[in-house]
Amino acid sequence: MDILPILSTLRRHKITAFLVIIEIALTCAIVCNAVFIINQRLDRMSMESGVDEHRMLHIQLADIGDTKDKKSRTLTDLAALREIPGVAEVSSVMQVPFGNSSSNSGIKLDPKQKLSTLNATMYSGENLVPAFGLQLVAGRDLQPDDFRDFDEVVRGAAAKDAKSLPHTVIITQNMANRLWPGQPALGKQIYLLDYPMTVVGVVKELIRPSIWDDSAKSYSMIFPMRMARGEYVIRTKTPEDRERVLAAALTKLKEINPHRVVLKKHTFDDMRHDFFQNDRAMAGLLIGVCVALLIVTALGIVGLGSFWVAQRRRQIGVRRALGATRSNILRYFQTENFLLATIGIGVGMVMAYGINLLLMVHYELPRLPGIYFPVGAVLLWIIGQLAVLGPAMRAAAVPPVVATRSV
Amino acid sequence: MFGYYLDLAFHSLRRNKVLTVLMVLAIAVGIGASMTTLTVVHLLAGDPLPGRSQAIFYPQVDADPKGKDANEPLDMLDYRSAVDLWSARRADRQALVVQSQVRLNTAEAGKPPVMTMMLSATTDFFSMFNVPFRYGGPWSAQDDAARARVVVITDDLNQKLFNGENSVGRTLRLRDSDVRIVGVLKPWRPSPQFYAVRGGRFAGGDTSDFYTKPEDVITPFFTGLEVNDGNFQQFTCWQMPDRPGHLQNAPCVWLALWVQINDATKVAAYRRYVADYAAQQQAAGRFTHSGNTRLRDLMGWLDYNGVLPSNVRLQAWLAVAFLGICLVNMVGLLLAKFLRRSGEIGLRRALGASRVAVFMQFMVESGLIGLIGGAFGWLLTLAGLWFIRQQPVAYADLARLDVPMFMLTFLAAISASLLAGMLPAVRACRVVPAWQLKTL
Repeated sequence: MDILPILSTLRRHKITAFLVIIEIALTCAIVCNAVFIINQRLDRMSMESGVDEHRMLHIQLADIGDTKDKKSRTLTDLAALREIPGVAEVSSVMQVPFGNSSSNSGIKLDPKQKLSTLNATMYSGENLVPAFGLQLVAGRDLQPDDFRDFDEVVRGAAAKDAKSLPHTVIITQNMANRLWPGQPALGKQIYLLDYPMTVVGVVKELIRPSIWDDSAKSYSMIFPMRMARGEYVIRTKTPEDRERVLAAALTKLKEINPHRVVLKKHTFDDMRHDFFQNDRAMAGLLIGVCVALLIVTALGIVGLGSFWVAQRRRQIGVRRALGATRSNILRYFQTENFLLATIGIGVGMVMAYGINLLLMVHYELPRLPGIYFPVGAVLLWIIGQLAVLGPAMRAAAVPPVVATRSV
Repeated sequence: MFGYYLDLAFHSLRRNKVLTVLMVLAIAVGIGASMTTLTVVHLLAGDPLPGRSQAIFYPQVDADPKGKDANEPLDMLDYRSAVDLWSARRADRQALVVQSQVRLNTAEAGKPPVMTMMLSATTDFFSMFNVPFRYGGPWSAQDDAARARVVVITDDLNQKLFNGENSVGRTLRLRDSDVRIVGVLKPWRPSPQFYAVRGGRFAGGDTSDFYTKPEDVITPFFTGLEVNDGNFQQFTCWQMPDRPGHLQNAPCVWLALWVQINDATKVAAYRRYVADYAAQQQAAGRFTHSGNTRLRDLMGWLDYNGVLPSNVRLQAWLAVAFLGICLVNMVGLLLAKFLRRSGEIGLRRALGASRVAVFMQFMVESGLIGLIGGAFGWLLTLAGLWFIRQQPVAYADLARLDVPMFMLTFLAAISASLLAGMLPAVRACRVVPAWQLKTL
């Protein structure tokens, strides 16, 4: 196929050619970045939590406050919950993954350090590791003699009495790797509020309740503190049991004390769903915009293509009369579209890169991976070819006799 | 002539329906998408206190012993600083503000208690922020001082509990205390909930929670501290508080102070007063540093916290870019449509129509397409805003089209299509009559 005659024709129809190029370039730039953001959000939504989500339930009752018997009330609740058929483990906890509100603290490796090494979240609760279904990769779970009551710890910290504080902690593998790269974490010490804690166990993964920095998402610690704040996690024996167990648990809790306010009651699958609500909405919106953009671009190419064919009917007739076959004409318009699309894609790639740089500065997005460029190019080439097919076939159908009319 | 051009335009639009539909669709979709997102931006980024906001200020001192003069101070105040600055009464109005979660019981038996958010503020809160009352009014400064068991409730709660009747004088139970209703608000929905904005710089752009509704119950500041003692949340602490939730003497920041300074010339004096207060506290050994006090005005504080959610901003940019592509598309289609009628143009020109007349004719046609596109774009905007209202975001209920944005929809549609029609119309009026007539 000869490209030179096409180029010289395009040079005489600068505006139309320019419009097609601009449209393809803008679409290319925006779709590349939009798809990239969609992928980022989808990645986030499938983030591993480390807990056995499909078998877990979360119930949060309004804090009953500083009553003397809250410890015994919690024990009653836990015993009642454990009796429900289908329940595997229960725990009274301080916070849960996807819970959105979190207690965090700075961690030091040396008490003399001025600034914290990193900021990690604090999980606690008796029987938490089995209730969350966490996977221990090193060391042991927290033992009963590690545990202290939460109130005791608070009083101890206020009185600067190190004895009443816990001295053991379980951390996540990611946190261990960040603190002591390449070394075993077991037996090492971290300092929290200048008190030393010995790492006795490492779990594979446990994400924080609220994630504002994805790179620090799994910096979590588990402290041996008994909680009595009316926040319970139940792990069922099978995923099918969940709804029934949740209903039974609520009835039980109401029976024990009908005056309590239930703040939250949900499965962990629902919690994950709610937690990534924003990401899902954004991804959905961007997918809609991308589809709309591609359709608008395709329609634009159809419109301009038809115009072009209509304008050049006589030229086509002359070429047919001089011996060009239908497929020659078809190829001509297809090649022309391919050329325009290629220039558009080239310009669009540069723009896509520029937009990505802007997003990197303003939205802390990572750099656009190289794979987006060839994939985007192929997609736009295909769309261009599909869009131009109709007008090109109409052009190929122009009979040679047109050339003899009204010359 | 305009009527005639309009007639011609209608005729032309009817002649090639596919092309017309494509163009109207391009404008409508572009306008629909961009007006939906721009309406959200307009509603979220506006001034929550028009006419008043430049006189409202948010003083900050830095009680954090680990803070530095070079850093920004903490977003909120510790109890001592807040109460000191408030009780000095150096501004025209000043209000301490704190929120907490509280258990609310109604007088009717049988209804289970609910957890709700409680706002506790000193009485200037109402006059300073132009809070509208339906029944009753704010409590007095004496009530503040006497820790009176009184409460102001929102219209929402009044509808829910008392079917919208005048409930002044009736009693609510907040945790374990009975409080008497002294005022019921008219519907009041500041956007954002500006008096509770803080910590935006730690939100990573996810600031949609700044747009939640005002709290259902409002108590005098010190009454609230007593009634709900132990249930207050710190913004942050630099040391473990002795008793979590009891923050009066804790090494924590958890209070907001808002002041109103009507006279712009007095702002500098107040700024100096805040700085002097911090210096004095440093001299007394309570602060470690005093060089980073701040006195931002309301809009400055909202800007500093980046209240507009970054998702919303990203969506607005995307929608405007989308409109741009739709316009480029429309330029192409109009070009095709106009130049296809070169013969007609040649004839008109040969019969004496000037270039300007031809240009005007095509601009009228573009404008008509814009008007029709604008009408569909308006429907799409309504649909888009409906969709946003179904989303689980705090600002969902705000997403409605107001009159200025309604006008803007049509204005934008028509000006966009006129802009798009410019180039094709110029090309059309440059058609050489003789060439066209030859081929007729």
